[in-house]
Amino acid sequence: MDVKTPIYMDHNATTPLDSRVLDAMMPYLTEAFGNAASHSHSFGWKAEAAVETAREQIGKIIAAEAKDMVITSGATEANNLAIKGVAEMYAEKGRHIITSAIEHHAVLDPCKYLAQHGYTITFLKPDKFGVVSAEQVAAALTDGTILISIMAANNEIGTLAPVAQIGALAKSKGVLFHSDATQAVGKVHLDVEAMGIDLLSMSAHKLYGPKGVGALYVRRRNPRVKLACQMHGGGHERGMRSGTLNVPGIVGFGKACQIAAEEMTADAARIAALRDRLEKGIMSAVDFVTLNGHPTQRLPNTLNLSFAYVEGEALMLKMRDVAVSTGSACTSASLEPSHVLAGIGVGDDLAHSSLRFSLGKSTTEGEVDYVIAKVVTAVQQLREMSPLYEIATKK
Amino acid sequence: MFFSEKMLDHFEHPRNVGSMDEADLSVGTATITATQCGDVTKLQLRISDDGRIVDTRFKTFGCGAAIASGSLATEWLKGKTVEEALAITNAHIAQELELPPAKVHCSVMTEEAVRDAVNDWKKKNGKL
Repeated sequence: MDVKTPIYMDHNATTPLDSRVLDAMMPYLTEAFGNAASHSHSFGWKAEAAVETAREQIGKIIAAEAKDMVITSGATEANNLAIKGVAEMYAEKGRHIITSAIEHHAVLDPCKYLAQHGYTITFLKPDKFGVVSAEQVAAALTDGTILISIMAANNEIGTLAPVAQIGALAKSKGVLFHSDATQAVGKVHLDVEAMGIDLLSMSAHKLYGPKGVGALYVRRRNPRVKLACQMHGGGHERGMRSGTLNVPGIVGFGKACQIAAEEMTADAARIAALRDRLEKGIMSAVDFVTLNGHPTQRLPNTLNLSFAYVEGEALMLKMRDVAVSTGSACTSASLEPSHVLAGIGVGDDLAHSSLRFSLGKSTTEGEVDYVIAKVVTAVQQLREMSPLYEIATKK
Repeated sequence: MFFSEKMLDHFEHPRNVGSMDEADLSVGTATITATQCGDVTKLQLRISDDGRIVDTRFKTFGCGAAIASGSLATEWLKGKTVEEALAITNAHIAQELELPPAKVHCSVMTEEAVRDAVNDWKKKNGKL
């Protein structure tokens, strides 16, 4: 088995730039350097044209039009703009927002910020698989609810939300629906019309595009969504997000979306098969392993496992040539275990023992088999020296 | 996170891993759970009648820094008197392993384990 190390299985953190994306970007980093807002000369026109082509490509992957897309610096900014932008704009209509306990911090923290400024936030608790149902959302609605924000796919456990059902509910109640789709875009099919999504956050670097660029889809009709801008300045992006456009980044983002739209279905099937091979390979060789997340309604590339009686960071250190991540408290600055695992009812001990494997386009069968062998050995070695394993297996 | 060669050596090749008979009167046992992060360390010291540590064992459920701290302590403790053992602090361990600031707390439970294991031995032998 010949594999090149280190092996990268942390694609939910970030992905490498696709070489075709880099090729598309290069001219805009060099000779075509114009400011897309310079309407008076050809340098500006060229940059603007490239941005508009990219905007179309970015919109298309979620079945939206170019005009619906507001370019941002990434998904964190898109989430902030969506949540704080709606809260400020619709404050007279109401001051209640519904979200879930397992959102990314880029959603949770703006919500918590609003909670300190006169808004009421409902953090719905998902089921043990990480699913928040439309019924739960319906039960939490009040006359003052102005926004529902539920992520399309969870970054840690990969669980997919019933976005279409929540969207239909939101439409029927006349409440705006935002979905943080950072992890879902490019991995699963999304359609803002069919799914009733009013606001959708995305990020380029999760789908083999460059870092530092993302977008917020903002619905323009049925209903027309208005946002209070969070970045005041030159009035770019229909006044919703001022700042000179990151032309090469946007071009790369567009190219990444175009590639994903064409190749996603085939890639997802291949990657899911490799992910399942990894899951089965580990589960059949190691006992006391549990799956975190939904067994089937899950991103094709994500596998989150807890290895009881072994701490996640130590496990990662034992297999240093494999890049994965953990929900262990030991790796976080706050020494708190993953809020996502806590949110789905995983105890501190098993959260402490969790590893997330997120596969990508470059993942091979050889890599998967190498990782299985590494994990099996590392878990065995660490359990031999685990006092908890000793207690558990004594009798 | 940067880890020193010494820390990684103790992590990859932990010394004195294992268990001794808890019922043995010459063995002091401590099991410490770190309140901060949930790591668990078990430390056992075999102590002679005249108060000298003759053998050590440990097991740790925790991150690399916690494992390395336990391993280093078992090496240091061998041959020391009970009084000398109690003088070892987590700062000594953290310094020797060059633990990064975020990982210094991982050595705290080792210090506690030494104290508890010695106390357990004293209690068993009517020396407390």
